[in-house]
Amino acid sequence: MAGKGLTDSAHLGKFREVQQLAYAAAESVAQTLQPGVTEKQAVQWMREYLHGRGVQDWFHVPFAWFGDRTAFHNFWTPVKFFPTHRRLEEGMPFILDCAPVRDGYMADIGYAGCLGTNPVYEQLMHDLAAYRTLIVTRVREGAPLRQIYRDVDALIDRHGYDNRHRVYPGRVIAHQIGTVHSRLPQFIAAGFGIRSLQTLVGDLILERMHHRSPLWADGEISNHPATPGLWAVEPHIGFRDVGVKFEEILVVTPSGDAYWLDDDLPHVRRWQQAAAAS
Amino acid sequence: MTRDITATDGVTLRVHESGLPGAPTVVCMHGYPDDHTLWDGVTAELAQRYHVVAYDVRGAGESGRPHGRQAYRLDQLVRDLAAVIDAVSPDRPVHLLAHDWGSVQAWHAVTGQLLRGRISSYTSISGPCLHHADHWLRARVRRPTPRAFRELVTQLRSSWYIAFFRLPLLPELAWRAGLIQRVLARTDGAGTPTAANGVNGLQLYRANIMARLAALPARTTDVPVQVLAPQRDPFVSLSLQTDIARWVPNLAVRKLPAGHWLPRTHPHAVARCASELIDYTERGAQARGLRRAWRTERERPRFADALVVISGGGSGIGRATALEFAEHGAEVIVTDIDQQAAERTAQLANTLGPRARAYLLDVSDRGAMEKFGTILRENHGIPDIVINNAGIAVAGPFFETTVADWERIIDVNLWGVIHGCQVLGGLLVEGGLGGTIVNIASAAAYLPTRSLPAYATTKAAVLALSQCLRGELAQAGVGVVAICPGFVHTNITNSARYVGLDAAQEQAAKQRATMLYRLRNFTPRHAAQDILRAVERDATIAPITVEAKAGLLASRLTPGLLRALAKTDLIPR
Repeated sequence: MAGKGLTDSAHLGKFREVQQLAYAAAESVAQTLQPGVTEKQAVQWMREYLHGRGVQDWFHVPFAWFGDRTAFHNFWTPVKFFPTHRRLEEGMPFILDCAPVRDGYMADIGYAGCLGTNPVYEQLMHDLAAYRTLIVTRVREGAPLRQIYRDVDALIDRHGYDNRHRVYPGRVIAHQIGTVHSRLPQFIAAGFGIRSLQTLVGDLILERMHHRSPLWADGEISNHPATPGLWAVEPHIGFRDVGVKFEEILVVTPSGDAYWLDDDLPHVRRWQQAAAAS
Repeated sequence: MTRDITATDGVTLRVHESGLPGAPTVVCMHGYPDDHTLWDGVTAELAQRYHVVAYDVRGAGESGRPHGRQAYRLDQLVRDLAAVIDAVSPDRPVHLLAHDWGSVQAWHAVTGQLLRGRISSYTSISGPCLHHADHWLRARVRRPTPRAFRELVTQLRSSWYIAFFRLPLLPELAWRAGLIQRVLARTDGAGTPTAANGVNGLQLYRANIMARLAALPARTTDVPVQVLAPQRDPFVSLSLQTDIARWVPNLAVRKLPAGHWLPRTHPHAVARCASELIDYTERGAQARGLRRAWRTERERPRFADALVVISGGGSGIGRATALEFAEHGAEVIVTDIDQQAAERTAQLANTLGPRARAYLLDVSDRGAMEKFGTILRENHGIPDIVINNAGIAVAGPFFETTVADWERIIDVNLWGVIHGCQVLGGLLVEGGLGGTIVNIASAAAYLPTRSLPAYATTKAAVLALSQCLRGELAQAGVGVVAICPGFVHTNITNSARYVGLDAAQEQAAKQRATMLYRLRNFTPRHAAQDILRAVERDATIAPITVEAKAGLLASRLTPGLLRALAKTDLIPR
């Protein structure tokens, strides 16, 4: 999955397509959500949508979190990430997260929505935009990933929010992604596709030899500027019982430049519309 | 303006009018053994906005004094009120404000037919509807649960004088001999009633109380009624005044930390509460205090319609407390020396609660505090809860702590609390409706350590001040709560000043302290939740975190151990 060559325009086009497809799945399911729908149902619908459009494998299985589960309160074990029978209610926030693999190209996206209105959700979504700008700016400046993680933490602190991405395995705010080529059978272990895991583990070993990591957290191993390649970046912020996130691909070129792969995404359009309206 | 009105049975009633002629009319009815002068303080305030009428009830003041108890029956007293209303406001319904026996009459009027449609609202002080009282009494005799029994005993203990007043001649003699005046002189606000008022008014008791043994029919009213119930009333118990919602669907109840003669002792609070109900019925605009007072079956947030002011609300425990109060229904005013941070807190509070505002305030600046107090009062009203939270930390040895360090920390941590208590706490006392002052001290107040001499000194002073003030303000119904947090993870570890260290060492100490506090992992939100609970139970000292609680216990049980521990240096290096 290592980044070499992935930033070519041909590859990038394919990644963009899969990312668009994944967001389309999330948006389509989000639009059909009604009071009473369970997390398990939402996940099943995402699965069906993506299977019907040529997705063969998963980096990780789709996730759905409703209500205070969007803020990952009391997620002491990773089992808590898996969908439950929690039912959606009016005013409840939700997050849909999926990572499909199609033709060897993967995407990993996160979509935060809300059924009806919820002022806390609105405020969080409004503030989330600043993290997207901060992260790409700091990567471009060549700041070490650990430092950027701390900068994000400082912004979270100023906003008065909680860092929720630290609940993810390894406290990661991002991880590298790439293409999947594997002879292993299609199989899901602990929510992750083993073919993708094989590539990730391979990268982990390879990168560890260079004292780097394909996982971006606040540890010593992340004390280096971003490795060229594609990073699925997922800042997840929370306030009281509401959490919001986005997750999308950040491209880091061999020359150290960085940009978001695609700006035509639901959360970006939301911020653009809000800016235009004001 | 003074005029005489003739009642239906020919008795003359002396009526005093003041205020604005075209404005809504407020009719004030005094009790026993007062006359219309009871209302002097209240009418002076009400007259600035309303047409105010106060009359001497028959038998009192300058009104006629008919003989025989029949002339004092409630039905006749309501006809008197009707005659007054006909004269002072023939075309427009009036608002009633009544005390004691005036209240009994006004209840009879609002629950009866004669004045139906002529009364817009009624504010009652210390006087029950006799029909409600009859039902209240019978219900408790019929089902003497422990609580009912206690309420019954409390009320009967206060009502012994009624039996005395029904005796022949003795009470008259007591009045003439000046005995009752001497007893009343020891009661706060009783004034100096004349023997004539006292003697004539005895007929009120004889004509109306226990006039018959059969149960009285239930009387209801749909007029909005506000009961101002003094908590230290020696004559009318709280339960008798307020447990009446089944007969009065539009009932607001406010308990005031005061004695029986509220109109005389707390004219400002009475005028304010009465105006709030009048304005609501006239214009629909409802003040916060009144909103909170309505009796409703609906469950309301814990601090619904309370106004909370909090200093240093831009970060840490202050911000978390502001948010917690907002989430539980309070309107929050956040102040901080960092305006942006305060505004951010208000913005977040707005997503959780009804309303929040932010102000820039340096608590150590008395002038600024006074200015803020004025703005607060004019723009938001008198607060219910004042939280003096702003504080800074200085750590390090005593001899390294400079005079400037001392001055700065005393200015913020101690003077800030003094200014807050005097200016903002002063508003609570002046408002007359009670409230709570919360001072954020620290576990350092009772846990001596060589590492925090300046900080601990200021916090110990805050703790002492809080306890002294609690004693002083108990009478005014204002609670003073001292909060003593232990290690709560806030940015105080980062913003603290470490004396006696160079820049690099100070930076390292900050980082280590921050890390240790993070590992301790007691969040400001947890602290805030404890603060809300402390306010609800009006705690004297509320230690927060296990170490603060254990420390408080140890400071009482084994102070020697703590003195030994004080020799340990706590600054992480």
